Amino acid sequence: MNRLLKLLLIFTFAFMSDMQASTIIVCNSCKVKSIKEAIALASDNDTIKIKKGTYKEYGILVDKPLTIIGEEYPVIDGGLKGEIITVISDHVTVDGLFIINVGTSYTSDYAAIRVKKCKNFVIQNMVLEKLFFGIYLERARDGKVLSNKIIGDAIEEYNSGNGIQLWYSKNILIENNYIVNVRDGIYLEFSDDCIIKNNVSANNLRYGLHFMFSNNDIYQGNTFESNGAGVAVMFSKKIKMYNNIFKENWGTASYGMLLKEINDAEIIGNTFEENTIGINIEGSNRIVYKNNNFINNGWAIKVRGACYTNSFLSNNFLYNSFDISYNSNINDNVFDKNYWSNYTGYDLDKNGFGDIPYRPVKLFSYIVNRTPETIILLRSLFIDIIDFSEKVSPVFTPDNLLDKNPKMKKIEW
Amino acid sequence: MVNIQDLYKKFGKNEVLSGVNLDIGEGGIFAVLGPNGSGKTTLIKCLLGMVIPNKGTISVLGSNIKNGSAYRRKIDYLPQIANFPSNLKVKELITMLKDLRGKTMVDKDLINLFKLEPFLDKKLGNLSGGTKQKVNIVLAFMFDSPLIILDEPTSGLDPISLIRLKTLIETEKAKGKTILITSHIMSFVEEVSDEIVFLLEGKIYFKGSINELKTKTNQPDFEHAIASILTENHA
Amino acid sequence: MLKILKYSFYDLMRSRWSYVYFAFYLLLGVVLLFLNNDLSKAVITLMNVIIVLVPLIGTIFGVMYYYNSKEFTELLLAQPLKRSSIFLGQYLGVAISLSMSLVLGLGLPFVFYGLFKSSAIWDFSLLLITGTFLTFIFTALAFNIALSNENRIKGFGYAILLWLFLAIIYDGIFLMSLILFEDYPLDKLSLFGTMLNPIDLSRTLILLKLDISALLGYTGAVFKQFFGTSFGLVVSFVALLLWILLPVSRMIFKSKRKDF
Repeated sequence: MNRLLKLLLIFTFAFMSDMQASTIIVCNSCKVKSIKEAIALASDNDTIKIKKGTYKEYGILVDKPLTIIGEEYPVIDGGLKGEIITVISDHVTVDGLFIINVGTSYTSDYAAIRVKKCKNFVIQNMVLEKLFFGIYLERARDGKVLSNKIIGDAIEEYNSGNGIQLWYSKNILIENNYIVNVRDGIYLEFSDDCIIKNNVSANNLRYGLHFMFSNNDIYQGNTFESNGAGVAVMFSKKIKMYNNIFKENWGTASYGMLLKEINDAEIIGNTFEENTIGINIEGSNRIVYKNNNFINNGWAIKVRGACYTNSFLSNNFLYNSFDISYNSNINDNVFDKNYWSNYTGYDLDKNGFGDIPYRPVKLFSYIVNRTPETIILLRSLFIDIIDFSEKVSPVFTPDNLLDKNPKMKKIEW
Repeated sequence: MVNIQDLYKKFGKNEVLSGVNLDIGEGGIFAVLGPNGSGKTTLIKCLLGMVIPNKGTISVLGSNIKNGSAYRRKIDYLPQIANFPSNLKVKELITMLKDLRGKTMVDKDLINLFKLEPFLDKKLGNLSGGTKQKVNIVLAFMFDSPLIILDEPTSGLDPISLIRLKTLIETEKAKGKTILITSHIMSFVEEVSDEIVFLLEGKIYFKGSINELKTKTNQPDFEHAIASILTENHA
Repeated sequence: MLKILKYSFYDLMRSRWSYVYFAFYLLLGVVLLFLNNDLSKAVITLMNVIIVLVPLIGTIFGVMYYYNSKEFTELLLAQPLKRSSIFLGQYLGVAISLSMSLVLGLGLPFVFYGLFKSSAIWDFSLLLITGTFLTFIFTALAFNIALSNENRIKGFGYAILLWLFLAIIYDGIFLMSLILFEDYPLDKLSLFGTMLNPIDLSRTLILLKLDISALLGYTGAVFKQFFGTSFGLVVSFVALLLWILLPVSRMIFKSKRKDF
C-alpha cells in the first residue's frame, strides 16, 4: 500500500513538472530578443526555441536543465569576443545552432560550446565556423555529441584549437560529426570509456583524432583523410580501433596512425591507403593487428624502438613501397597468415599458403632510414639485387622476422 | 668530267692516298689499277663521298663534291661486295632505288638481259653470289647517268653474263658516257679500257693508254708491263 | 629521310626479331594479366621489366641492326642522299619498330583485359611512354657506339657494358656516394644524379606515380618541390628529351665525318 502511494506520488510529480515545462520563443521581433534573456526567464526543463536570425551574443551561461533548439539554423555571432555557450548544468540539450566568431586567446581556450562538470547532455546538429575550440567537454560525463559540422580555418598550430576536445571526461558518444580545418579534429585527454563512431575528420593541421592518457575507448567507422597525421594514440591502454579509413596523410612525418606507448589495443578491419606511413609504432606492446588493408602506402608499418609481443594476423599488404621497416635487428613480434603482394614464392602443396616464408623487411628500408635521400633509388635493379642477397642470408634484418604462412591470394572478408 | 687535286687520305697512321692529281675527261673507259692496298677503292669512295679526304678537292661535272649530295645523281656505282638487306625482295630493292632516285625505264631491259625475271620475287638473302652480282649490275646501270663507277664488276659472273656485261659497257660507252673500272682481271681491263690509271703507294704512277704503258716499260704485253712496274718498285 | 625510314621500317617489320620481341611482350602482358588477375601488381612487374629490358633490347638491337645493314648503308651512301637523312632514317626505323613492338605487345592484352575502364590506365600509359623514350634513347646510344667502332665484337661489348653500367653499376656508385656523403645536404645531388642516367630518370618518373606516398616522406625542400608538384614531371620529360636529342645529334655529327 505504502509502495503504491509512493508510485502515485512520483507519477503526479512527473505530470506536474511536465505541465510546468513551457517553451520560450526567441526571435528578433519577439518579446524575448536574446538567448541570455530567455535562459534567465526559463525555469528547469523548459525549452527555448530560437527562430531564424542573427544574435550577437557571447558568454551565454546555461545553468539549468534546458533544451535549446534552433529553428532553421539561427546564427549566434560571438564577435570574436570570447566563449559563446557554457553549459554547467546537467540534462542540457543544445540543438541546431549556427555559431560563428569564437574569440581567440593565448591564455584561455575559448570554445563555441563548453560543457563543464556536468552529465547527461546532448549537443547535436550544430554548425560551428570561425572558431578557436569547437566543442569542449571538461570533466563531463554520460553525454552525446552527434551530427555536428565543425569547419575551422586553422593555419598555424600555435594559435588554433581543436574541433572536439575531451578533458577528464567519461562515457561520451561522439557520432556522425564532420570536422575539417582545425588543429586536432577530435582530442581526448584523460578521457575513458568513450565511443567515437562514423565521424569524418579531414584536412586538419595536426591529427584527425588524438588520444592522450585515455583508456578503454573505441573508435570505429571513422574516416581520416589528408590530415597532418591521421590518428595519434599516445600513452593509452585498451583502445579498440575498428573499421576506420586512413587516407592520404602525406608528408615528412605523416602517418595514418601513430602509436606511442600503447598497450593491449586491438586494430581490426581498418584500411590504410596512400599514407606516407600507414602505422608508425613506438614502444607499443601486446597489440593485435588483424584483417587490416594496407594499400599503396610508402611504409605500411614502421616500427621504431621497443615493441614486444605484437601480432600481425591476416592483413593485406598491397603494393606498399615498403611493407615493414624496423630499426633494430631484434624481433619479438609475430607475423602470420598475411597476404603480401610483394611475395614471389609458390604454393606447391596447394594449401593456400606460400611454401617459403616471406621476409617483409628489406635491406633497402634500413638504408633509407639511415640516408633518406637514397629513396630516389627505390625499385632500381641494383637495390633489388642487394635486397635479394639480404633475403638469402639476412645480416641487417632480424633473422626471425618472417611470415611463415604468407597467403597466396588477397584475403577477402 | 672528274677533277681531283692534291688528294690526301690517312686511315690512322696508314697514309693511303698521298697527293693524287687526276683529270678524267668526258667519254671513254678508264681502268684504275694498282696492287692490293694501293688506294683504288679509297679513291673511288672519295669520289662518291663515302670517304672524307683529309686534304684536296674533288669536283665532278664541275661542282665540288663538298657542296652537297646532289652530284651523285650523275653517278652510277657498282660496289665491290654486293650485299643487300636480306629481308627485301629483288623487285622491292629495284622499286626502292627508283623511289629514291627517280623514274627509269631501263630496268626492264637490264633484267631481261641478265635473265633475272625468275628471281624478282625472291629475297635477296636467298640469292647466290653470282645472281646477287647480276642484281648489283642492274642497279648500277639502271639510271643512265653520265658517270659510271664499277668496282670489280666481274666477280662471280658466269662467262655468258661476262660477255653481256662487256657488251653493256660498250653500249654505254657508245652513248658517250664516262666509265671508271677497277679490276684484277687484266684481260678484261685490256679488252675494255681506253686508258689506264695506275696507282702505286698512294700516288698516280702512270696515266695513259695501254700502248703507252707497253712502250714505257718495254714489255710486249699488258700483263708483263704491269708485272714489271711492280717488280721494279719492290726491288 | 622519310623514304629511308620507310624502307628501314619495312625491313625490320619483316625481320623475325621484331616478331620475337613483339611476341615476348604479348606473352608477358597475357601472363601478367590473365594468370595473375591483378592489374596493380602487373603494372609494378611491368615497370621492372621496362626499365631493365627495354634499354638492353634497344642497345643490342640498335648495334645489331647497324652492323647488319652496313652494305645497305653503303649502297645508300652512293645515292644522292644526305648522310644525315640516311642515318636518321635508319635510326628512326629501328626505334619506331621497337617501340611499336613494345606498345602493341603490351597494349593489346591490356586493352582486351579492359584497361580503358580501369583507373590504372594512367600508370600504364606512363609506363608505355617511358618505355618508348627508353627505346629511342638506347637505340641512339647504340648507333653512336656502332658508328665509333668498326669492330663488331667490340661494338657489342661496349653496348652490353653501357647497359650494365646504366642499369646496375651506376646505381651502385650512386648509392655508395649518397651514403658516403650523408652528412651533407644531398637532395640536389641525388636529383642531379638521377638526371644523368636515363634509366634512373624513367624510374623516377614511374615512382612519381607508384610510390608518391613514400617519396613525400623525405624532408628536403627540393625533393618536395620536385615530387610534390608537376615540376618533377616536366623536368623529367625535358631531361628525357635531351637524352634523345644529344645522342642523335652526336650520331649525325659523327656520321658526317666517318669513312665507309
